[in-house]
Amino acid sequence: MSMDVAPRLDTDVLLDDPQTRIVVCCGSGGVGKTTTAAALGVRAAERGRKVVVLTIDPARRLAQSMGIDALDNIPRRVEGIGGGNGGELHAMMLDMKRTFDEFVEAHADPERARAILANPFYQSLSAGFAGTQEYMAMEKLGQLRARDEWDLIVVDTPPSRSALDFLDAPKRLGSFLDGKFIKVLMAPAKVGGKAGMKFLNVGVSMMTGTVSKVLGGQLMRDVQTFAAAMDTMFGGFRTRAEATYRLLQAPGTAFLVVAAPERDALREAAYFVERLAADQMPLAGLVLNRVHGSGAEQLSAERALAAAEILILASDPADPADPDGPDDQDDPADPEDALANAAEGSDPAKNGAAAENLADGGFVDPPSGNAQARNPSAVDPDVSPTSADSSAERLAAGLLRLHAERMQVLGREQRTHDRFTALHPEVPVAQVAALPGDVHDLAGLRAIGERLAVPPERANRVAG
Amino acid sequence: MSRLHVVSGKGGTGKTTVAAALALALAADGRRTLLVEVEGRQGIAQLFETGPLPYEERKIATAPGGGEVHALAIDPEFALLDYLHMFYKLGSAGRALKKLGAIDFATTIAPGLRDVLLTGKACEAVRRKGKDGRFVYDSVVMDAPPTGRITRFLNVNHEVAGLARTGPIHNQAQAVMRVLKSPQTAVHMVTLLEEMPVQETADGIAELRADGLPTGGVIINMVRPAILDHEAVEVVANGQRTAVAKALSRAGLGGARRGGMAERLVDPLLEQAREHAERVALERAQRAELTGLGVPLHELELLTDGIDLAGLYRLAADLRKQWPE
Ligand SMILES: Nc1ncnc2c1ncn2[C@@H]1O[C@H](COP(=O)(O)OP(=O)(O)OP(=O)(O)O)[C@@H](O)[C@H]1O
Ligand SMILES: Nc1ncnc2c1ncn2[C@@H]1O[C@H](COP(=O)(O)OP(=O)(O)OP(=O)(O)O)[C@@H](O)[C@H]1O
Ligand SMILES: [Mg+2]
Ligand SMILES: [Mg+2]
Repeated sequence: MSMDVAPRLDTDVLLDDPQTRIVVCCGSGGVGKTTTAAALGVRAAERGRKVVVLTIDPARRLAQSMGIDALDNIPRRVEGIGGGNGGELHAMMLDMKRTFDEFVEAHADPERARAILANPFYQSLSAGFAGTQEYMAMEKLGQLRARDEWDLIVVDTPPSRSALDFLDAPKRLGSFLDGKFIKVLMAPAKVGGKAGMKFLNVGVSMMTGTVSKVLGGQLMRDVQTFAAAMDTMFGGFRTRAEATYRLLQAPGTAFLVVAAPERDALREAAYFVERLAADQMPLAGLVLNRVHGSGAEQLSAERALAAAEILILASDPADPADPDGPDDQDDPADPEDALANAAEGSDPAKNGAAAENLADGGFVDPPSGNAQARNPSAVDPDVSPTSADSSAERLAAGLLRLHAERMQVLGREQRTHDRFTALHPEVPVAQVAALPGDVHDLAGLRAIGERLAVPPERANRVAG
Repeated sequence: MSRLHVVSGKGGTGKTTVAAALALALAADGRRTLLVEVEGRQGIAQLFETGPLPYEERKIATAPGGGEVHALAIDPEFALLDYLHMFYKLGSAGRALKKLGAIDFATTIAPGLRDVLLTGKACEAVRRKGKDGRFVYDSVVMDAPPTGRITRFLNVNHEVAGLARTGPIHNQAQAVMRVLKSPQTAVHMVTLLEEMPVQETADGIAELRADGLPTGGVIINMVRPAILDHEAVEVVANGQRTAVAKALSRAGLGGARRGGMAERLVDPLLEQAREHAERVALERAQRAELTGLGVPLHELELLTDGIDLAGLYRLAADLRKQWPE
């Protein structure tokens, strides 16, 4: 199988480039968008840029550690940013409802604004309406950009199952605001109650009647008042949505698609890559987050499990030598050469050739008690099992089982990654290792930032 | 005994998978369940390896012991037309509304109305009786919206009853609320043993309780076995290194002397073990957190090869063993 090798995404080059003004982190739910956005913010600030990060629904501890756990829609300077390069990090957490309210206050006269904010229909709409969060994130981005106080804005996107939602929401909102239905709803209220009805043809007035009957008269009135009050803002909404959309297409913007090395997340990432291309939005690359590695890749899962099995049998006091075992086994292919090669090789963590050799060596589970006899060249002469070693054997078996599990994960991740690369060989990729714990402080964010910048050992590996 | 099982949880934790496994588990021994999808993603069809489900109830699986799982992907648009028809006998007017964009408006833009339709349809299935006077479905399992939206989703009828203060919509909304707030309903949460989903689960349960909605159990999904803990790692790191290298060597993994293959495996293997132990410790803390919630806990293992139909039946069997009769 021929394998494409994706170009390597260098986030430092992206962050250091003064032309880069906006970085948008997109991806499906839970893949690490917020973490990546925050980590890029820290990294860019420590490399000397004046950055603001707009986060959406960050984990509580992460928000606390950045000092942005108060939902007040104001960017706050994050303490503890080092680097000594004169950089600054400001961060904020999006308050969707407040952004919506502020929008209303900014675009309607005070009396109208009050009427809108008090309207029950608005109250349920502004909190729950499909795409509001995405729209408000765009709105906030537009505001931050207009203030021109930062030379880099890093934007997180709302948790949604599809990264496409972020791009689709403003259009959906636009089509709602332009829709015929809302105009029909509004018509009577706009031209002054009943008198206005004559402007509507009979069909439509019948329809309004039906709607009113279905929704209940009083709800209908609320909707009408709302629609009328919002009317003055419709133009503003649309203009803003379009302006922000254009901002996203501008050369200073870079999209990063974040994905976990899992089938679903990478499938979403592939859709998103295609969509960005169709919309002429600049894609910087894919961040493959939470990738697993191993310092002992030369030891395959199968071999590790086989070896663990041997140790468990050997350490089992009820079945010390398993004397029948060896007779049941077929004579294994001779693994000597492969093992000898591997043992001779240099640092196993870096020696890919020896690893391949070993993996291809056709290791066969040698039965317990007989391992030494079968692999004389691989075994130290001074090693001989005693009962005191049985706890060491159990520990070693545990280490091997863990390793086998890790290697299985690696294999799966590599396969899903390869599938993406085959589809989109042109997309640069940065791999970020999975940290053992959550990422909830600046140190954790720094660690992620380093991993985004430093090519991992596996980047050059060509899977076959 | 609850008959409507609402399965929520943080995004990606396995709501769809667990809902399907639960529907299978509850259908065992000749019973009949309905699995309802409300997010319009055809996740159930994918899971059961069939084509997209139409807007109608159909049998999609047989449970052990002759039970049946039926499935319904609720399409909000059809549900609204259904609903209008049910209450108003709207024929052509329904189509006209559609042309005008009213249906779009109601189903996408105003999530409240959309949710009314979805919950309404599920409650109707719960209450539906056959000619013999018995319930058509022994239980209904809903693959519900995620934790962040579940309370609002279930409470939407309460809101609607407030907005539409009289008329058939008001009455329908109240009838749905009566089912959702009764012990007939149980809202389950799926979580992983990670900080964010556990926090969301705790918040979600608190919210449900505050609103008087009946909580069910927590299903801890994708549980991985704990192979070594910190103690074991420390033992190896402090003093047993040589013994472990020798053991690896005895297992045929090369030389245990300095520079030998077995000896060189010890460090990277220990590093992995340390990471594993850290995870085990974190998971223990999360489990303690969940125990403190005072709801029944269930566990499903991580199937390392992903979920296929066989895997789904395995999870169902597991769940059945743990589920209260
Ligand atoms: N490389 C990593 N190693 C370890 N943990 C990570 C890594 N990246 C992210 N996490 C953890 O994964 C969880 C989810 O990350 P995050 O909140 O950034 O995802 P998200 O894509 O923003 O999710 P949502 O879609 O819910 O907004 C967090 O607990 C975070 O600490
Ligand atoms: N016990 C398990 N073992 C292995 N994989 C699992 C398990 N449970 C779920 N998965 C996998 O995890 C992924 C997410 O599961 P699922 O789609 O059920 O989650 P969800 O909560 O419904 O997600 P969403 O929020 O996107 O609707 C799927 O790929 C599924 O196959
Ligand atoms: Mg997030
Ligand atoms: Mg789902």
